[in-house]
Amino acid sequence: MSKEVVSKEKSMIIQKEMIASLSKELSNVKKTGKKVVYTFVPGNISELIRAFDMLPVYPEINALQSGMRKKSEKFIRDAEKMGHSEDVCTYVKCDVGMMINGNVGSGGDVVPPPDLLLLSYTGCFTFMKWFETLKRLYPEVPVAMLHTPYQAGHKITPEMTDYMVKQLKTEVIPKMEKVSGNKYDENKLKEILRKTSITEDLIMKIFDTTKNIPSPIDAYFAGVYYIGPINNGFRGTQEAVDYYQMLYKEILERVEKGLGPITPEGVMEEEKFRLVIEGPPNWTHFREFWKLFYDLGAVIVASSYTKVGGVYDNGFRVDPEKPLESLANYCMNCYTNLNLEQRVELLSDCITKYHADGFMVNSIKSCNSFSAGQLMIMRQLEEKLEIPVGFIESDLVDPRYFSYSNIKNRLESFFQMLEQRKLYSDK
Amino acid sequence: MKKYYLGIDLGSTTSKAIIIDEEDKIIGRGITNTRANYMVATEIARFEAIYNARFSILKMKLENEIKSNPTYEKYISDVESAFQYLQFKHKLEKLRIKFMDTIATTFSDDKREVIKKIVEGIVNTIGPEIRDAYLFSNLGSKNQFFRDIVSERYNAEIKKSESDLFDPLMLVYDKSITSVENELTEFDFKELIFQSIELMNEKYAKLDEALAANDSSIKFDTEINLLQGNYKKIYNSLKDHLEFVANMDLHITNMVGTGYGRALLPFPEKSIKSEILCHAFGAHAIFPNTRTVLDIGGQDTKAIQVDSHGLVTSFHMNDRCAAGCGRYLGYIADEFSISLNELGPLAMEAKKEVNICSTCTVFAGAEIRELLNVGEKRSDILAGLHRSIVMRAMSLLARSGGVKNEFTFTGGVARNQAVLKYVSELVYKNYGNDITINIGTDSIFMGALGGAMFARRSMTN
Amino acid sequence: MEALKDILATCEEIAFDLNFTRAKEWKSQDDNRVIVGYMPIYFPREIIHAANGMTVGILGGGDRKMIIKGDAYYQSYICHIPRSIMELALDGHFDSFDGFIFPSICDVIRNLSGTFQILGKGKFVKYMDYPQNFVANIGGEFYENELQNVLDEVYKINHVKVTPEKLNHSIKLFNKNRELLRKIYDIRQEFPWRLTAADVYHIVRAGYMIPVEEHNQILEDVVYHISQDINEPLDNIRVVVMGAFCEQPPVGLIKTIELAGCYVVEDDFLLGARWIQKDIQEIKAGGTLLSSISYAFLNNSTYSSSLYDAEDPKERRLLELIKTRKVDGIIFAAPSFCDPALLDHPILQKACEVNNVRYISFLFSENTGQFKVIKEQIGTFSDSIKLWE
Repeated sequence: MSKEVVSKEKSMIIQKEMIASLSKELSNVKKTGKKVVYTFVPGNISELIRAFDMLPVYPEINALQSGMRKKSEKFIRDAEKMGHSEDVCTYVKCDVGMMINGNVGSGGDVVPPPDLLLLSYTGCFTFMKWFETLKRLYPEVPVAMLHTPYQAGHKITPEMTDYMVKQLKTEVIPKMEKVSGNKYDENKLKEILRKTSITEDLIMKIFDTTKNIPSPIDAYFAGVYYIGPINNGFRGTQEAVDYYQMLYKEILERVEKGLGPITPEGVMEEEKFRLVIEGPPNWTHFREFWKLFYDLGAVIVASSYTKVGGVYDNGFRVDPEKPLESLANYCMNCYTNLNLEQRVELLSDCITKYHADGFMVNSIKSCNSFSAGQLMIMRQLEEKLEIPVGFIESDLVDPRYFSYSNIKNRLESFFQMLEQRKLYSDK
Repeated sequence: MKKYYLGIDLGSTTSKAIIIDEEDKIIGRGITNTRANYMVATEIARFEAIYNARFSILKMKLENEIKSNPTYEKYISDVESAFQYLQFKHKLEKLRIKFMDTIATTFSDDKREVIKKIVEGIVNTIGPEIRDAYLFSNLGSKNQFFRDIVSERYNAEIKKSESDLFDPLMLVYDKSITSVENELTEFDFKELIFQSIELMNEKYAKLDEALAANDSSIKFDTEINLLQGNYKKIYNSLKDHLEFVANMDLHITNMVGTGYGRALLPFPEKSIKSEILCHAFGAHAIFPNTRTVLDIGGQDTKAIQVDSHGLVTSFHMNDRCAAGCGRYLGYIADEFSISLNELGPLAMEAKKEVNICSTCTVFAGAEIRELLNVGEKRSDILAGLHRSIVMRAMSLLARSGGVKNEFTFTGGVARNQAVLKYVSELVYKNYGNDITINIGTDSIFMGALGGAMFARRSMTN
Repeated sequence: MEALKDILATCEEIAFDLNFTRAKEWKSQDDNRVIVGYMPIYFPREIIHAANGMTVGILGGGDRKMIIKGDAYYQSYICHIPRSIMELALDGHFDSFDGFIFPSICDVIRNLSGTFQILGKGKFVKYMDYPQNFVANIGGEFYENELQNVLDEVYKINHVKVTPEKLNHSIKLFNKNRELLRKIYDIRQEFPWRLTAADVYHIVRAGYMIPVEEHNQILEDVVYHISQDINEPLDNIRVVVMGAFCEQPPVGLIKTIELAGCYVVEDDFLLGARWIQKDIQEIKAGGTLLSSISYAFLNNSTYSSSLYDAEDPKERRLLELIKTRKVDGIIFAAPSFCDPALLDHPILQKACEVNNVRYISFLFSENTGQFKVIKEQIGTFSDSIKLWE
């Protein structure tokens, strides 16, 4: 690592300002009268929320931030005291725990209660149980269910799109009109989606820069910051367009200079291993987890987790001229809504396109949507591509499931195996 | 000067050391139980490996003479047994002192004398017992550790004493053993070897008398040749060689550490290797056709696939759940109040396998008690437990891509006969009867061997 | 008519036949017959029946299958049923099956369908995405479309076209089946000692393994027998067991509950067989082929953890059930790591507390073998209710 003081990139500053302004707006809703919609990152149709001048809140993001701020363990335990099982999703328990502890968000402000629960049921069964639970905490708040059909048959059929558009028209939009007091304005939505489309292009270009050697970015540990704005309610905003343009420019400069990715300890100087990672990261020990990789010279060139809020690899972009169809197709195209074969294909393309030396699974105890079937995915890739594969386990926000020495032991073995194979193939 | 290489495998239950020569041939082995003080454990293993290496070098040096005169070999291995005994004796002496010290500081006056007397009696009984076990039954070759050897006999003795003294006597032992175990003594090899020879002379002289008296209670076997008034002659012709190996500078050119606790070893970063790579490399060196390696260690179970060069192509380790590792067996042994070594043999006596559901360490205890309650036999329960552990390992093997010919089973648990039985049974059942299954006598040393081999290669590269 | 104990013995044998002998025999009698395996919870078996097919329940290996390969595909924090289903699949138990249906129970089962797709099991693998919207021209239409996809797959295999007449015939048979099951539960509600809960389980489960015509005959006979005044009542409390709708409880567990002093008068073990709560109507002239099947799902379904409960909260449904079945207490028995069941428990348990309904809860897995601890818990539970009343 270079010793120079890590200077904050301009894009990072912009992102911080964006997030801060959103949480300020949220803390002011009592004064401004703006309505608040709770919803999820996958199938995150914040364009529609914004079209009604409402503000989105993401319980998943609250939970992951509680994890990063080391508050999740208490929240989880409090939810377990209420009768939640040790076996179930810790995002839900962390969120419930946060709510019963006053619903204080990362900035120290109280997160306003929901005016609408937008149950965007996309790629995760637990989302449904989660909002059924919230419904009991906020009995007066209406729930709008948007059922996103799973891509079980490997594709999106016209019937699936039709089903979703009808739900948007008859269930989601009427409820939003009622809660916000505003009429649905399709032109406004189209305008927002135009910006979304630009953003989607930029995001794909940004994650494509890992084609370079060395890779200018880490597509997992830094990638989770890059997807922050689109996953946090800024889809279709001018701020997001500005942010991604700035970020892309900065990354291109790095590429020109032949620089490697930025880590919390400076620029990574020697890129030894290029990996593709499947599965969300652990949030409670995020820095230590990242360090285990960059200390050993490993950079992540692609990750499935950065695609949970939308997959753009196969050319999908919203079409502003078909706004509701676009929202529907966007939802159905999120990573965890793809079937296992599609996931294998996508990961396989990433491994090839970004010249990865290895594939690694971080299997998350909480998240069956990701985890069940990962061993099958891993074996498929191993057989198809003859690529070395590695497997570690942790959890999203339950620190009790993060065993540093256990993960370190497996990672060391994995990297030594890669090194040995490299040495041998060089000979 | 010849070059030697050392591999240290600091495991969670045992610490192993291996010394190899320039041809990857194993010339020294050392093993001890891992304890709180891991440095002492690795040093003990290392010393033991170096002593053992000197004996191996002696045997190699005399290879031709041994061929024409087999009594030489017997003589050397007897000397090695005596050598091991003398180290043991030194420790037992320390333990005796520690016992007295503990008794003096732990008990009130009235109890003190009684306990002191009993403990002295115990030490005086087990001392000669163990001496004979070393000198006549080759105890040293059984890889038993000081703690196990003493505790087995100490426990047997206190069972004979009055029951109300059982707890205080256990207390004396528990309070004393650890500090003695953690004391590190480096012996002067030369001094000890000549003491050993004296001890041998005594042994043979006694046997000589017995032979003369036609005492049939003593078995002579190969000793008979040595005894035909020969041992002094043999000593004379070996003396110079013994002196040579005692004086020789055994130069360790490079070393590599591995194992669960490898991060604790004070080695430079490049001299620390993952146990996955080491186990595979070691197993492949002993059985060059190995393609799949299963290693069941104390903390981890690993299923490893290797290529024709012994390089790892893929591996899988047990998940968070420790069921199926050596630690689980330790827990089961505690639950049955027997030693780890007795588990396998008892399970082998089973008439059937009781179906065990919880492979979870936490729940297994309750399940075992329930099974005992409903009248299941201990051996049958143990058989079921062993099989369930092996089934976990089988799943891991399936996860890593199955068993390919040849299959090598390594790690401390490979010494458990019941585990071996189920591994063979299930490998044949799931992957066909033509799979070759390798289990070497050195199975527990594979990690250390791999380490030593990496040490040699990183010097020659 | 066969004696009750013989019928029960037959049912037990059929229920746990992991080789699916009866289904295979049935299939072998006609080249055009197909077998479609389906997982819990619910699938409208009528439509397969009308297409000259038979649906066979895939309910896991229980405690009768040694798991090695199945474990290779699932981490330790995932429930047990996908492991045993994989083991059965890899060992060829489903080789004569033509297709597989995985209803949307949870993400684990959803992804299991993907694993079957990758393994290339059967001629089709269908993940049935049940609508979570219950409006006829929205969720209903989507549902009909999903079912039509299944029929298209079967048609590709045997070229049997489902006509309204055939489907109406099948609907009649399954209406009869559900009616008889309702009768058995109703009689047991009055006279729970006439049939043990384990017997009921075997009887219902046998229906997942044999043609509906044969099962209806068995049910008729059982209803006849238990309409007689047989067996002696015990001083047991009456309970409902909830949470075991997918991964099945070992029969030992069901027996333990009754041995510990509880009559199980309602349960969700094999809920799919009783999912539709009223008779399905015949297809009306002018309606689409699948409209009445769809109508029944949207309007007459029971409640479950896998279904969004927007308009009719599950706790209300549970409390209603407690009243109609005159239950003394609830046993929440969920499989370990079952997200849908376990995430519902705090909601349901809170409703119990508010309404003074007594309950206990514990976890199991399909291969749990020892029940002593559970027996003690349940025994204490039933004793305390008896003393309290």
